[in-house]
Amino acid sequence: MSEPSRVELSNRKLSRRRLITTGIAAAAGVAGLGVAARLAQKYGLVPPDHGGIYGLGETLTYASQRLLTRHSLAREFSSSQISKPPFANEVEPPTDEFKRFQAGGFADWRLSVNGMVARPASFSIDQLKSFPSHTQITMLQCEEGWSYIAEWIGVPLTRVLDVVGVLPQARYVVYFSIEPDTWESIDMADALHPQTFLTYGMNGDELPVGHGGPLRLRLPRQVGYKSVKFLTHLTVTDSLKGFGKGLGSAAPEGGYAWYAGI
Amino acid sequence: MDVYVRATWYYSRVSDSAYIPSGASAVPAAVPTVVPNKTAAPRHSALVRVTHWITTLCFFALLVSGVEIVISHPRFYWGETGNDLTPTLFKLPIPASRNLVPTGYKYVLPDQNGWSRYLHFQAAWVVVFTGLLYLISGLFTRHFRKNLLPRGADLSWRELSSAIAKHLRFERPSDAEAWSYNLLQRLSYPFVIFVLFPLVIWTGLAMSPAFVSALPATVNVLGGQQSARTLHFFVSLALVLFLLVHVGMVCLAGFKSRMRAMITGRAATPAATTLERT
Repeated sequence: MSEPSRVELSNRKLSRRRLITTGIAAAAGVAGLGVAARLAQKYGLVPPDHGGIYGLGETLTYASQRLLTRHSLAREFSSSQISKPPFANEVEPPTDEFKRFQAGGFADWRLSVNGMVARPASFSIDQLKSFPSHTQITMLQCEEGWSYIAEWIGVPLTRVLDVVGVLPQARYVVYFSIEPDTWESIDMADALHPQTFLTYGMNGDELPVGHGGPLRLRLPRQVGYKSVKFLTHLTVTDSLKGFGKGLGSAAPEGGYAWYAGI
Repeated sequence: MDVYVRATWYYSRVSDSAYIPSGASAVPAAVPTVVPNKTAAPRHSALVRVTHWITTLCFFALLVSGVEIVISHPRFYWGETGNDLTPTLFKLPIPASRNLVPTGYKYVLPDQNGWSRYLHFQAAWVVVFTGLLYLISGLFTRHFRKNLLPRGADLSWRELSSAIAKHLRFERPSDAEAWSYNLLQRLSYPFVIFVLFPLVIWTGLAMSPAFVSALPATVNVLGGQQSARTLHFFVSLALVLFLLVHVGMVCLAGFKSRMRAMITGRAATPAATTLERT
């Protein structure tokens, strides 16, 4: 072996300097990530299904879309763009309990609201209809790829939350279907959003059972599976840990993302 | 052997954009002293190599998960909406993973959309950050102008037709092309980087109901959400086509030498290329 040339010496020096700068950059990166994680937690930008191998992508999607879309409105369409007929996705065969409600014209159907609220209450469909009704012509798009546009008639969820008096520490609204194991949750940005509807009508008529009648939660800024059909119960909470496996909703328990704005 | 080692030394010290004249294979032993104090320049910079392979990994993740998502509804539409009750633009003749889709098949494939959607968006995030890193560093190092964009003098019909003719004859690239991209590479790579990748990100985001609530123009100018989905499919198809041709050309040019250049940074010297060919 001959003696190291000047070129090799300067290479060695360069690599040592590189090593130090890389080390500093890596330390800064780790510290930056730590600070970012703290801030994200503080501002509610971490989704409940942030663990696991897909947690990074899920957190980035939820955090970025939450920052970008806190107050933005889903696109609304003209009545001429309403899909005729609207496509009704497959639903589980109705339970005996559901059939009894259906036989009575859903007169006994109740939506109960409890949790972190000042005045827990329960509402019949008629009581919900007694609030000023709102309509939106929005798209329902399924994560599978298909979509349709319909006119949805209902009361904004925020109106009902006003009536029951949401406590200031509330962070999520968990909502349940009469179908077993069908429940979802949304953060307060979505719960208080003017287009988040308790929907009882569609295209100028009652909400058909095939589309979730008598009551469906409509959430036009997220894909269809967040718009739970046959709604019976809402709970306002500051933590999703006590619900199911603590992943936020039934979707992540079945392998699907909790946040579905994409 | 001594000459071969010295030749390697010489070639690894020539800058990555240098054009090696074809007559340079006989390197005099005295040449190394001519380029003092110059650190070894790899064929591809470390950043190009790392971002290339991360992108490759992400592309396969996006492709597999994208195919799975399409299988849940292998029908395509134009405009705002489309579903099993509306006419299609075209259908893929494959079975579906949902039993309501009228595919003509009597069986339904298992649902893979949960992990596919998680993986699709995660890989998209990683590839977007990787792409940004590549773009920013490429601007700083002038990588695009030096190595990637066509040289002005080459942009003539004569050069273009001769390059196309060489490719159509499946001619092995010259030794110089181990060190510098040819004209067709300098047209297709920027097209993929500056046209297809931005388009596939845009059409993907245009399908997101939350994203378009903040930026509705991103979907409106495409003609609707289903148009965005159909365009996303076609841009992805174009990227797959590029991948196939790209891998094909790598094999034609010498799989081992091109892979070594993209993994270790060391390019084949004319001497080494000759060795590999025999």
